[in-house]
Amino acid sequence: MDVNNVLGPSQQFIQGDKACVYGALLAGCRFFAGYPITPATEIAEEMSRLLPRLGGTYLQMEDEIASIAAIIGASWTGTKTMTATSGPGFSLMQENIGYAIMTETPCVIVNVQRGGPSTGQPTIPSQGDVMQARFGSHGDYEIITLCPSSVQQTLEQMIRAFNLAEKYRTPVILLTDAAIGHMRERITIPANPLVVTRDYVDIDYNDYKPFRTGYLHATKIPEFAPFGSKYNTYVTGLTHNDDGHPITDDWNVHAKLIKRITSKLTDNMEDIYDIDTRYTDYAEIAVVSYGISARPALEAVYMAQRLGRDVAYINLTTLWPFNYEYFSELSKRVDKIVVVEMNIGSIYHCVREATSGRCDVVLVSSLGGRVSTPKDIWEEIK
Amino acid sequence: MISNTELDEKYLRKGMMPSILCAGCGNGIVLNATLRAIDKLGMDIDNMVFVSGIGCSSRLNGYIKADALHATHGRAIAFATGIKAANPDLDVVVFTGDGDCAGIGGNHLLHGIRRNIGITVITINNYTYGMTGGQFSPTTPQTSRSTTSPFGTIEHPFDLSRIVVSAGAPYVARWTVAHPVQLQKAIRKGLDKKGFSFIEVLSPCPTSYWRRNKVYSLESVYQWYKDNTVSLTKADDHPEKITIGEFYDGEKAEWTELWKSLVGQVRV
Ligand SMILES: Cc1ncc(C[n+]2csc(CCOP(=O)(O)OP(=O)(O)O)c2C)c(N)n1
Ligand code: SF4
Repeated sequence: MDVNNVLGPSQQFIQGDKACVYGALLAGCRFFAGYPITPATEIAEEMSRLLPRLGGTYLQMEDEIASIAAIIGASWTGTKTMTATSGPGFSLMQENIGYAIMTETPCVIVNVQRGGPSTGQPTIPSQGDVMQARFGSHGDYEIITLCPSSVQQTLEQMIRAFNLAEKYRTPVILLTDAAIGHMRERITIPANPLVVTRDYVDIDYNDYKPFRTGYLHATKIPEFAPFGSKYNTYVTGLTHNDDGHPITDDWNVHAKLIKRITSKLTDNMEDIYDIDTRYTDYAEIAVVSYGISARPALEAVYMAQRLGRDVAYINLTTLWPFNYEYFSELSKRVDKIVVVEMNIGSIYHCVREATSGRCDVVLVSSLGGRVSTPKDIWEEIK
Repeated sequence: MISNTELDEKYLRKGMMPSILCAGCGNGIVLNATLRAIDKLGMDIDNMVFVSGIGCSSRLNGYIKADALHATHGRAIAFATGIKAANPDLDVVVFTGDGDCAGIGGNHLLHGIRRNIGITVITINNYTYGMTGGQFSPTTPQTSRSTTSPFGTIEHPFDLSRIVVSAGAPYVARWTVAHPVQLQKAIRKGLDKKGFSFIEVLSPCPTSYWRRNKVYSLESVYQWYKDNTVSLTKADDHPEKITIGEFYDGEKAEWTELWKSLVGQVRV
């Protein structure tokens, strides 16, 4: 039976966490490993109910380190895999996120953000893990991070997360939060969403080098040989050459590898960087936000538009890689950028860096689960 | 019997040679015993995946011409669990060290056993964190010297195989590199077992362990393994010695089979 039948009616009134599972299953995810944590537990619960019905695999691991280890291992069998967690578990996953980056393993990691540091506010939303998503693992890397503002967007961004993970052979992070994860909204389940699957290698066994690129077409993404396909692939987190063999004392090999796995993303910003922008053409002020914070931001922009003000709305549904060029261009056209986030300032700093003083950049910050109100934002617009 | 040259020719990944192992390291003997066991069973190497963590012992899978995953420190069993659960047709073998398996990865070991995921874990116990230069590990005998116990360790070591038996693994054996024939047979039985099988090998790290404990010749090390071990049947008479042999050989429903039957019931 196909996925849509298992998911049920095409119109439903459901939680963000459940929509996250729907999106994953529509994208072809058939393997989940996780560990319970508020406010992400519903994702595991829903996966444990639906995956066996679809012939997939659900594993409840002993902790979050094991969970991400299991999904990376499973991905090497050619399965689309994911895990879901919140702050404390996301912290535990960082080392193996770096492993997935280094070994170019497609997988999706969902972080339903809650208040931190530490155990913090388990049931309360926050956007405190934005920088951790970008920089949490050690070493030099780039990572794709998506961020939905509604239940419908959670479903859609999940499909996109899997498509990007598969296309670019990289882990992708979906950053949502306790508010989006737990809120119920009406959604429409797409009948035939676009689904992308990694390129599988199909050449002579002896000619294949697992980390050489360009067998099928000229890209920086190596074609994949799943375990059991006779290509005898050695996967290591050590710096490796095209053969996958460890070479740890030659700066050239390391530099070449890091440049390839970072630029395979940054060279393709046009494809990866998908954001929701409105009223940008004549704007004097731009309100930049994402996730739950983008909702009051949109309200504030509507208020301004009603009063005849040219204020743009920019919702960063793609958070990372950050598009410095986009904001550099924007700063030449607007007088002021208002960044709305539920943290002490994260994307705010990137916007300031990209705009280099060419326009004002102000932060509307809220903490402790309080979502900024449209009025808070209006104060910076009026 | 297949000669070592034929064995190397058939199974080794030439591009990875020379190996990183020191002269006299026991890891090579464990690799040899493993390949012999695989050969004797006539297993299809292309259907096998060798998983490891981090450490000298965890480098072994790189030397085999087969699919392999050299994971992060301590996490080999968790990675292997994902591989086996996603594709139960694959034969999954884990190489791990005492630090990797019983220190940083101890919890994954216990839960791999509890789940009874069908993998074969070969733990090379050299009493030390070899790769980082010889710090004491969870299995280092009390009073041994190491770079972080210059006056002798005060800590009590784990008896790994007994822990694994009490956690409920359906196959558990412990041998030393001085018992290559028995070791090879235990690995064969482990590979044949449907559930979680565990083979512990006491193996020398002359560079980082024995040298610090003032044993300089390999002959003395091998003699030490012979003198200080006793077979299970005679263990009661020698409580001071390390027991070796087959600790347990039983049956227990394996995770992927249980999952498959659950899917069979609920699949739409
Ligand atoms: C998270 C983490 N902590 C520490 C290390 C450093 N480290 C590398 S190998 C190793 C010890 C390995 O010891 P063992 O598993 O006994 O293997 P051996 O080298 O003795 O074969 C350690 C601590 C690491 N790689 N990763
Ligand atoms: S340090 Fe010890 S365990 Fe590591 S290769 Fe040398 S002898 Fe073997």
